[in-house]
Amino acid sequence: MKLYDGWKIILGLIVFFAFFSLPVWINLSSAQSRVKPQLEYPKDSKQCVENKDYMNHYHMNLLNFWRDSVVRMNYRYVVRNGVVLTHNGKPLEMSLTLACLKCHNNKQKFCDQCHNYLDVKPYCWDCHIEPKGGLK
Amino acid sequence: MINRRNFLKIVSFGGGIALASKITFELTSQENNNEHKIEGLKAKRWAMAIDVQKCDRTPDCKECVVACHNYHNVPNFDNPKDEIKWIWKDKFHNAFITQENIYLPSGMNHQTVLLLCNHCDKPPCTNVCPTQATWKREDGIVMMDWHRCIGCRYCIAACPYGSRSFNWKDPRPYIKNLNPDFPTRTRGVVEKCTFCAERLARGQMPACVVACPSKALFFGDLSDPGSEIRQVLSERFSIRRKPELSTSPEVYYLV
Ligand code: SF4
Ligand code: SF4
Repeated sequence: MKLYDGWKIILGLIVFFAFFSLPVWINLSSAQSRVKPQLEYPKDSKQCVENKDYMNHYHMNLLNFWRDSVVRMNYRYVVRNGVVLTHNGKPLEMSLTLACLKCHNNKQKFCDQCHNYLDVKPYCWDCHIEPKGGLK
Repeated sequence: MINRRNFLKIVSFGGGIALASKITFELTSQENNNEHKIEGLKAKRWAMAIDVQKCDRTPDCKECVVACHNYHNVPNFDNPKDEIKWIWKDKFHNAFITQENIYLPSGMNHQTVLLLCNHCDKPPCTNVCPTQATWKREDGIVMMDWHRCIGCRYCIAACPYGSRSFNWKDPRPYIKNLNPDFPTRTRGVVEKCTFCAERLARGQMPACVVACPSKALFFGDLSDPGSEIRQVLSERFSIRRKPELSTSPEVYYLV
């Protein structure tokens, strides 16, 4: 079988794929993509409301569920098996700012790490106030 | 992917027994928590009564307004066109604009009255909201879900009391002291008084009621004949704003 004008076609294909994948190359060569997320975990608390794997993948679902429970149904506390969970002796509210951020008190070193890496821009922070790192 | 139903099963109340073994949290649990009012304050019909006479004795007092606006991160735009207000003061004749009796006791028209969302029993604002961002709760509170508000401002048009404000600009730079425990709003969102739903849930009375130095604000359950608010309403004559509109406002003015 003979490929007529073979070199033109091959060259065309090479140019096309080079051009097509340009964003990938640009991304790979830029310094930003080489910065892997470096999460800083809270030092004085060791447990989260769910395990790490679950939180990695589904924290957004959890937060959405909390949001709807609190605002729309007026359920305020984290309940597991009919029992209200407590933290430092206080009942744990289903709240980004009053629960999550009390331990993860540095947004830049926690939330932003993965969000920036994956280029997702959750709008939580348009309204909810981020703790000024090192909040107690 | 976890689907919605399974997710609800896992996280919801009393659920997740199947997963209990997997869940590794070790937060302490308490069966009977008497220390914290987990139940919060509950009512069948929340309502407020405002003693106009007491309030008018200190016409310049803004304690309730400051307390509310500080607590809820209400921005303070200097421009009255952009003004955001949850609770504010105005003259009697402005507040009770359809009051037909022109021969009122002297000075009454110029008395200062406190205004806020009436948490109407038949709220016209909730009917028009296309996203259900505002709705009437079972306990009568006309609630806002700012996550859902798309800023169409139908509710502003529907409210006959001017209780709702719209954020024409980003409010953040106009909030002097941010309360980190309460969210702010964004540009393009409507806000108003929520009868301190979040405080009630923690067993606290609304911020304005607590802040009033003259004890001119009464807040309680209208359906409970023994409540303080029913007491004052049975002792004093009260009026409501624009009752002829049948919105059934639940803020009563003791005149
Ligand atoms: S006062 Fe206005 S905003 Fe409040 S419930 Fe009545 S109609 Fe709605
Ligand atoms: S402005 Fe927001 S709360 Fe008001 S009617 Fe539109 S979506 Fe609903």
